[in-house]
Amino acid sequence: MAAYIIRRVLASLLILLAATFLMFTLVSVSGDPLAEFVNVTDPDQKALLIQARTEALNLDEPFIAQYFLWLGGAVGCLVPGMDCDLGVNLNNQPVTALLADAFPTTLQLVLAATVLSIVLGVAIGIISAIRQYSAFDYTITFAAFLFFSLPIFWVAVLLKEFGAIRINNWLAEPAVTIPVAFVMGAFSALFFSAIIGGSRKRRALVGLAAGAGGVAVFILLVASGWFSNPGMGPGLVTLGALAGAVGATLLFTNLENRRVLFISLGTAIVGVAVAYSATPLLTDPSWLTLFGLGALATAIGVAIAVIFGDIDRAVAIRASVVTSVIVGLLVFMDKTISSFAAYSEAVNGRPIATIGSKTPNFEGTFWETTLDTMTHLALPTIAIMLISFAGYSRYSRASMLEVMNADYVRTARAKGLTERTVVLRHAFRNAMIPIVTLAALDFGAVIGGAIITETVFGWKGMGVLFTTAVNRFDTNQIMGVFILTAVAVLIFNLIADISYAVLDPRIRLT
Amino acid sequence: MTSPLTPSPTGWTGGMRSAAPEREFTIEARTQGQMVRSRFFRHRGAMLGLGALAFVVIIAYTSIGFWKIPGWWDLDYSSTGVLVNEGSPTLDLIPWVDGDGISVGAHPFGQDQIGRDYFALTMRGTQISLMVALVIGVLATFLGTVAGAISGYYGGASEAVIMRFTDLLLTIPLLIVAAVIAQWTGGKPFLLAVVLSLLIWTSLARLVRGEFLSLREKEFVEAAHAMGASSTRIIFRHMLPNCIGTIIVSATLTIAAAILIEAALSYLGFGVQSPDTSLGLLISTYQTAFNTRPWLFWWPGLFIIIIALSVNFIGDGLRDAFDPKQTRVRA
Repeated sequence: MAAYIIRRVLASLLILLAATFLMFTLVSVSGDPLAEFVNVTDPDQKALLIQARTEALNLDEPFIAQYFLWLGGAVGCLVPGMDCDLGVNLNNQPVTALLADAFPTTLQLVLAATVLSIVLGVAIGIISAIRQYSAFDYTITFAAFLFFSLPIFWVAVLLKEFGAIRINNWLAEPAVTIPVAFVMGAFSALFFSAIIGGSRKRRALVGLAAGAGGVAVFILLVASGWFSNPGMGPGLVTLGALAGAVGATLLFTNLENRRVLFISLGTAIVGVAVAYSATPLLTDPSWLTLFGLGALATAIGVAIAVIFGDIDRAVAIRASVVTSVIVGLLVFMDKTISSFAAYSEAVNGRPIATIGSKTPNFEGTFWETTLDTMTHLALPTIAIMLISFAGYSRYSRASMLEVMNADYVRTARAKGLTERTVVLRHAFRNAMIPIVTLAALDFGAVIGGAIITETVFGWKGMGVLFTTAVNRFDTNQIMGVFILTAVAVLIFNLIADISYAVLDPRIRLT
Repeated sequence: MTSPLTPSPTGWTGGMRSAAPEREFTIEARTQGQMVRSRFFRHRGAMLGLGALAFVVIIAYTSIGFWKIPGWWDLDYSSTGVLVNEGSPTLDLIPWVDGDGISVGAHPFGQDQIGRDYFALTMRGTQISLMVALVIGVLATFLGTVAGAISGYYGGASEAVIMRFTDLLLTIPLLIVAAVIAQWTGGKPFLLAVVLSLLIWTSLARLVRGEFLSLREKEFVEAAHAMGASSTRIIFRHMLPNCIGTIIVSATLTIAAAILIEAALSYLGFGVQSPDTSLGLLISTYQTAFNTRPWLFWWPGLFIIIIALSVNFIGDGLRDAFDPKQTRVRA
């Protein structure tokens, strides 16, 4: 394995070298960085400008020399202990500083979207594989193909109009109107009838009930002014936490296993208690406080599991940890949503943003700034998710179907294992092997920035850095983005290959 | 082609219909191709996709004509005209709205702000987008198949070189290549397509190589070797037909992806350049008009979705047709 990795890294470095040379050539033939001075009328000034830029970018050197001058600085970025110098861009800003600004922005944008689409895509893909050829499966298949076929910039413009501008208008004066109520009802009907499955009659009944229920809840929420001052309150949070505990129990064992069920419920109650007894700490916390409280609640949960777990100790610990995470997320969401009224006030009643990664000069409590980030992330995240969600759901469906037909799954069934054990233990784990590889490749690719999403939503990330540079023939800036992206792609390719061998012992890397 | 195993004039269905005594029906041996075709034609999504795609292709190429052949739509996509009713679409497909039944009108898709007929523009954009996607699909498939076959069959040095070369190409962003083309040729759609396919073939090359690596070890290839068949003959007669499914499916999906890639590049300003137009460029040009003239935004997007969606469904149908495993229902 070590020999393999070393060989791959060396090969990657050679590829990187060749790729930078190819890129440098392409960029230098793509256009002239001095061309934009064509409109300068004053000849003296023009000569000065041209001379300054020529010196800054070594444009008077021959092409090969320019490349090696650039390479000399860039090598320092990969070798520890040397200075990392990627040159300056056309505005004389150092490229390394530009990258340091853009990189976190891009990470913030793509990380949440990628993780969310992996989780959602895999979950939905697996459900549709288990219910192959059901109405749910057909709907998801069609939706995935539709999302595949959507041009992201087109969706983005629609999202801005319907997901931000109109919702903001509505939030300014929440009222029960027929279209909004209809959308809410249809949404809830589709969601619940898809979850419940079963015969057509059962689905129709559940859908009708859920639709009516959705409309009723919606009217209630509007009437009580929930939309202008939303929140969940301790009651709903506790209810959600208990439901989470039941879910966590179901995930690892079954509800017959009272010991694990009660331990999870106990953990949920402890978690809620910790959160609400620490209210003064939570008015304007730091991330450290939050993680500390989360760790405390988890530790108590694990302690309960260890003490009362008995023979189910291992399962109980896992269920406890999952429960704690769920409770933590619920409390976090509750606190964030609760600051909505104050936040909405601060941004002039236009809470959902269409441009940028944060409101300029916005100051507020921890919760308000978190909400600010979230409202800025919402639309681009949806746009990215729509497209990569489709890929993940298709791949995990196909992979799961293949595994479910495998002999060892039949063996597991024949042994009399429960369907949940068969699906989660035997099938799911093996079906995930190709998905892990895919996810690694995907992460490598998104580091380069979601060019179109960033452009449409005005995020100043790697993608925008790249396109602006290409527009101005800004060699150093292009090469800076390129080398970071290429290194990420190569590293994650290597991770993908290694993870494949680690997860599937039949594969040997030689 | 096919020969009935038991000579009988009636086919399979005929035998069933007459519900005759035991030996009435015949068992027809079907070739691989026939099975694939029948599975494909039974795939509802693929058939719908094929219909929709055929409709779009026919309407795009016959309406405004292409090359020097005139079409049945008499308005030109580049000539400006008088704005009628603020340029809003005259297409009326719902008889009970506006009360005058189904009608096309003078400008079914409306007009842009300088009075150009938007139907003609959209059709022109569709033509270009389809052409770009088709060229990319064909060329990338050809290159990928050849490279994959050579590296998978011969192995050794040729494999190493080709595979490292694909690694190299995978790191080069499409955008910069498109920018070079835009700079040099003014974004000629055909050249753009050719150059893009020079980058896109790599994924198919990997797929074909994988198939060839496993086919190389099969007995029938060994038998062909033993009988003294040349490498060329083994590759083209024995191995390629065995991975034709992978290749066709991948080609279809490449076409679907190419439609979106072209649209995205044109949207960013690095793809097709005016005076030529494409669906992506139309959206890019008119996206700011969303609030005043929404139809300028809706139509090209709708056509991109219809094309990409139907090609994706055709690809899905082909995959099911070529891979009998996929259609097996779980026990």
